[in-house]
Amino acid sequence: MLRFILKRLGLALLVALTVSFISFSLLFLAGDPAIAIAGESANAKDIQAIRELYGFDRPMLVQYADWLWNALRFDFGQSYYFKLPVADLIAERLSVTMTLGVCGILFALLTAVPLGVIAAIRPNSLIDRIALFLSVAGQAMPSFWFGLILIVVFAIQLGWLPASGASSWQHFIMPTVVLGYYAMPAIMRLTRAGMLEVLSADYIRTARAKGAPEGRVLFKHALRNAIIPVVSLAAVQMGFMLGGSIVVESIFALHGAGYLAWESIGRNDLPTVQALILVFALFYIVFTFLADVLNAWLDPRMRSA
Amino acid sequence: MGRMMLRGGTAAIALLAAGAAHADKAADTLRVAFTKELESVDSYFNSAREGVVLQRAIWDGLLYADPQTGEYKGNLATEWNWVDDTTLELKLREGVKFHDGSDFTADDVVYTVNFVADEANGAVTQRNVNWMDHAEKLDDYTVRIITKEPFPAALEYLSGPVSMYPSDYYEEAGPSGMGLKPVGTGPYKAVSVEPGKHFVLERNEDYFDGPKGQPTIGKVDIRTIPDVNTQMAEIFSGQLDLIWQVPSDQAERLAEMGQFTVANESTMRVGYLSMDAAGRSNPDNPFTKLEVRQAVNYAIDRQTIVKELLKGKSTTIDTACFPSQFGCVQDVTEYPYDPEKARELLAEAGYPDGFTTEFYAYRDREYAEAISSYLNAVGITTDFKMLQYSALRDLNMKGEVPISFQTWGSFSINDASAMVSQFFKHGELDDARDDEVLAELDIADSSIDPETRTEHYGIALQRIADQAYWAPLFSYNTNYVFTKEVAYTPTPDEVLRFHTATWN
Repeated sequence: MLRFILKRLGLALLVALTVSFISFSLLFLAGDPAIAIAGESANAKDIQAIRELYGFDRPMLVQYADWLWNALRFDFGQSYYFKLPVADLIAERLSVTMTLGVCGILFALLTAVPLGVIAAIRPNSLIDRIALFLSVAGQAMPSFWFGLILIVVFAIQLGWLPASGASSWQHFIMPTVVLGYYAMPAIMRLTRAGMLEVLSADYIRTARAKGAPEGRVLFKHALRNAIIPVVSLAAVQMGFMLGGSIVVESIFALHGAGYLAWESIGRNDLPTVQALILVFALFYIVFTFLADVLNAWLDPRMRSA
Repeated sequence: MGRMMLRGGTAAIALLAAGAAHADKAADTLRVAFTKELESVDSYFNSAREGVVLQRAIWDGLLYADPQTGEYKGNLATEWNWVDDTTLELKLREGVKFHDGSDFTADDVVYTVNFVADEANGAVTQRNVNWMDHAEKLDDYTVRIITKEPFPAALEYLSGPVSMYPSDYYEEAGPSGMGLKPVGTGPYKAVSVEPGKHFVLERNEDYFDGPKGQPTIGKVDIRTIPDVNTQMAEIFSGQLDLIWQVPSDQAERLAEMGQFTVANESTMRVGYLSMDAAGRSNPDNPFTKLEVRQAVNYAIDRQTIVKELLKGKSTTIDTACFPSQFGCVQDVTEYPYDPEKARELLAEAGYPDGFTTEFYAYRDREYAEAISSYLNAVGITTDFKMLQYSALRDLNMKGEVPISFQTWGSFSINDASAMVSQFFKHGELDDARDDEVLAELDIADSSIDPETRTEHYGIALQRIADQAYWAPLFSYNTNYVFTKEVAYTPTPDEVLRFHTATWN
């Protein structure tokens, strides 16, 4: 088990490095950061001065090495745009995104897994149809649209929930539902498919034949096996939610890390983008790593992988 | 992303949301939304419209320009006169206090001017400050500002972007401290700043009796809400009192509903096509030919674009400046919409079957697409490329752009030098490089005499129009939407002034 974990960790770090290097190169191709910093009124002299001040005139590899060396000491520099330390900026924004991501994935799992299980027990029943409908609707409905509908109903017409901001727990209800609902269909269908497959397996028939109670058969024998791919999927979804909640954060004016990343790209705010990409990459890595470990615990056969 | 959200969302919100709006008049708090995250509240370290709005609320300039008439009045200074071409002497208002309780004196003016004029301190918009060389104190309430060269637009800048900071506090806090905890003399004090997200202002009870007048609304609470539809939802659900920069289609629907006041006002931003007349991208490019540039001017139906797309108080523009700007002479050659004539001119230039060119833009895709289709209609086939601002700017500076759709807001400086001189003085963005224009602009920019200035701007603008270096297109406008409890009259310079807003 330890060897498995170490191997995974090494691989994970390599992935993080590669991601950060690729993003650094892409940002360099996207446009001269000196121009973005200098603003509309600057002339060539101002821009050259900024280029020298920030060291953009050095070779890209040197700049990357410089950035990496500082990042290793947890020094992510100053945001070109806000003129504030990137670490503070991200720490502040990340709390919103983390809250949203955790709530979103919990919402998705707590609705999708039970629905998937019920749908699998009674395939083609009314409840299966309803579950199918919900999942198709969730997949088909763009989240900005769903978000606006929720706002119109719950914030404007009923006046129950605040439409935007992040100052209380009520502010997180609609964003959680929107973000979670988007991740739900895939999890539900995977649960249903997994359950259906497992339920027709020999060992389930054996369990039933030896007289095990149905609840025990379903949850101890079937779900434990069916859930393995769901764990991996949920980990990826969680990573996606943290980095990709741009639309939701934008609609509900949450000012989280995803929105910050999106905006920082447009502003050519290199230090902020670089640090965020690294953070997001690390999240993906941590989650997939945890999923691997969890799966290895659930299924001993995977430990040799 | 944004576009889809806008189109889809408007319909939903306009159709379904007919709830009763209730303003926060009871709490004496005006709740406003910004769309963009402001980088820093320190007005010398941001280049955003939102920054100007906060600047006018928190700080004061030495002078004040009446937003309707453009007339200069004393603000933190009470008298001013030019001692010579480069020395402006000002008498300061006595008894003014900063929000931190310190007195406003000549030391503050000297410190502020000397700090921002020093390029090494990195004020973002250098053009706003780099005309000043330094300031000198004569006594506690008399100062001199020395300009580097004769600079006739000085009064315009002193009543606009140049505001006065408290010397002791600024020296200690610096731009980042000022950005987080701003201190000024203005009608509103900043009581809370969450960078980019949330700003709370409170009425300055000790505000001096100046030309801005006393603020009436007690508190202003500004939140950044990036999505326009969410802003609309918030105003419908009574959580906002005023939104601005509302796109014209949304504003139209809101006006039809009658629940809110929708006010439209023009801005100083001008949209135009810049063409590579100097042949920087390629010495043989078609735009080096006068007939081709004239054809482009004739090819575009600006009237229809204004009527169908920009709407509101937008107008067509014929000059390389905004009409209200000093020196922006209007009697220049005009090019009415005439596609036939455009085709003839193209044939004369040796392109009877037209030609293909790259066409760039960085904002307002729908306007750029309309322009592109007008060009296609006369035979100029466009390879349309939409770029990020900094990427297009990079290409512009390298001279690699044959034709592009550009816009310029002049930083709300009501003087032609802020636009025509920015682009036609052989700088890296000058695609015309006309020596005659340069010579005229040099005279106009450095003369103190208003008549001389008008005359020479006139000659330069006439030559630019005759040579069709640009195709000036239209001015922009902006929509303000507020609840019936709020009374506000917008000004043509796109600056939201909280001190003039009142409750109905």
